[in-house]
Amino acid sequence: MTITARDIEKTFDRYPALNGVTLEIAEGELLALLGPSGSGKTTLLRLIAGLEFPEKGQILFDDQDMTLAGAADRRVGFVFQQYALFRHMTVARNVAFGLDVRKRAQRPSKEEILKRVDELLKLVELDGLGKRFPNQLSGGQRQRVALARALAVNPRVLLLDEPFGALDATVRKSLRKELRRIHDATGVTTIFVTHDQEEALELADRVAILNLGRIEQVGTPTEVYDAPSGPFVCGFVGAANRFEGDVQAERFTGGGLTLAAPGVANGSATAFVRPHDLVPAADGDGFDVVAHRVTAQGPVVHIEGLTLAGLPFEAHFARENAQGLAPGAKLRLAPSKAYVFPA
Amino acid sequence: MKRATARLATEEPAWIKALILAVVATFLVLVLILPMVTVFVEALRRGVGPALEAIREPDAVAAMKLTLLTAAIAVPFNAFFGICAAWAVAKHEFRFKPFLITLIDLPFSVSPVVAGLIYVLVFGAQGWFGEWLIDHDIKIIFATPGIVLATVFVTFPFVARELIPLMQEQGVDEEEAAVSLGASGLRTFWSVTAPNIRWALLYGMLLCNARAMGEFGAVSVVSGHIRGMTNTMPLHVEILYNEYNFVGAFAVAGVLCGLAVVTLTLKTLLEVAQPHGRVGH
Repeated sequence: MTITARDIEKTFDRYPALNGVTLEIAEGELLALLGPSGSGKTTLLRLIAGLEFPEKGQILFDDQDMTLAGAADRRVGFVFQQYALFRHMTVARNVAFGLDVRKRAQRPSKEEILKRVDELLKLVELDGLGKRFPNQLSGGQRQRVALARALAVNPRVLLLDEPFGALDATVRKSLRKELRRIHDATGVTTIFVTHDQEEALELADRVAILNLGRIEQVGTPTEVYDAPSGPFVCGFVGAANRFEGDVQAERFTGGGLTLAAPGVANGSATAFVRPHDLVPAADGDGFDVVAHRVTAQGPVVHIEGLTLAGLPFEAHFARENAQGLAPGAKLRLAPSKAYVFPA
Repeated sequence: MKRATARLATEEPAWIKALILAVVATFLVLVLILPMVTVFVEALRRGVGPALEAIREPDAVAAMKLTLLTAAIAVPFNAFFGICAAWAVAKHEFRFKPFLITLIDLPFSVSPVVAGLIYVLVFGAQGWFGEWLIDHDIKIIFATPGIVLATVFVTFPFVARELIPLMQEQGVDEEEAAVSLGASGLRTFWSVTAPNIRWALLYGMLLCNARAMGEFGAVSVVSGHIRGMTNTMPLHVEILYNEYNFVGAFAVAGVLCGLAVVTLTLKTLLEVAQPHGRVGH
């Protein structure tokens, strides 16, 4: 099902949470809403779920206007950040809840419900744990139960609010893969909220980046990483070194750096260079730096230090290019690629 | 050399612990246990016979019936009100919330006598609705309805106070999950909210019940002290005592103590039976 949010505005206590947001999510897509806290991403998710209602704008499910429909009438699956499992019910009863509460005419028979619960528990790899209570499960298992419960009603769209936020790094990684697998198996349109850009880039088909209640950019992970629409996206998605300076005649100068800035108007500007785009340079090119910290992280060596202008920088070298590099070493670096945005 | 003992940072030396325990024990004996024992000693001073007779006396029986009736009305009413109030306060945001919370606490801060007087002023013969009530032959003050009203007022906060912190701590996530899975409001309450608050609710109702049966001040003002008609047990005890009928007074007081012990026993059983070990906060 296609979901459209059109010109959405929402305020909390006069503080704007969403400020004219328009977004379209295609049938079967896995979309990430990415942004820092307070960017309005969770609010947008709750508006789509019908847990909040906008002051202005429309929410459409296909062509159907659902702006003011209650959550119970939308048939969405919502997975909460803290799972929100019913603590007094067993895992099986939790998963069955959405079917149990249906009106008699639409409710499947007891056997069908049991069968469906078994299927779902198998899908999330929790078969055999149906009789447990939520407080007898680990965080990752609870998250799977929440997922199975949301999927039980055959939702038209699956919404997940910071689904991995409360889990430790290892569980988080494996559940990410799990979510992708379940999405591919069920084909249900899925939107998840995250503040973790790595998670968004790894998992999603497309990423919508929010900041201060507005959408900054929507695109595939490659697009938002390689062609950021502005300084916010560039700084938020992936790490980047920042250089403040000026553009004159399509050339950026600042922080000891000179760069081509095609199409950028004259005036003050900010240049961004990704750590892996900083490469060793020959004399007469690039700028001088002093390395203060050199740490090997697997195949990549992270170098942190200061430029001669006193600005902090970070560069990532492949390990073979960093032989014999130690703190205190003087280097000459040049950006192989940079982004310049008018300030 | 100092002896190395594994001791918690918050743990006091043994003699301080013993001292504190002794102080608490002495206090409990003097203030709680001795008076309780006195009640039963005085009631049985002339043997079991006169004590039983004092309890079987028609006015005493009427007082017990009235007390039980009052509690039977006040407790369910305040349970219902308490759930509504806690629901409103804990699960919703609105402008006058602090004001509502203060209002719920009002019966705790107002003297019960004042509470009684308010009802006399409003519903009494000289009160605001006095004439209208007389015209329609409705008796509230110096009758059972007044006693129930005064008791309801005084025991207002118990259930709400017990539920609000619990419901606030539990948040609205589970309710939102239920609604998003298609449950109606009523279904959400019965399947999700009610099971989560049932122990605190029972606990609050027990406290409410204890106070409803024991209330003296507010009830005294609105009762009119008509024997066999508008006397509750605490009022009956006072009347007997003022008539120097000590055996009778202490015998009825003994029954009140017995009811309190039943309530406390139920409360303790609740605490033991409760899955998370502790009720409320």
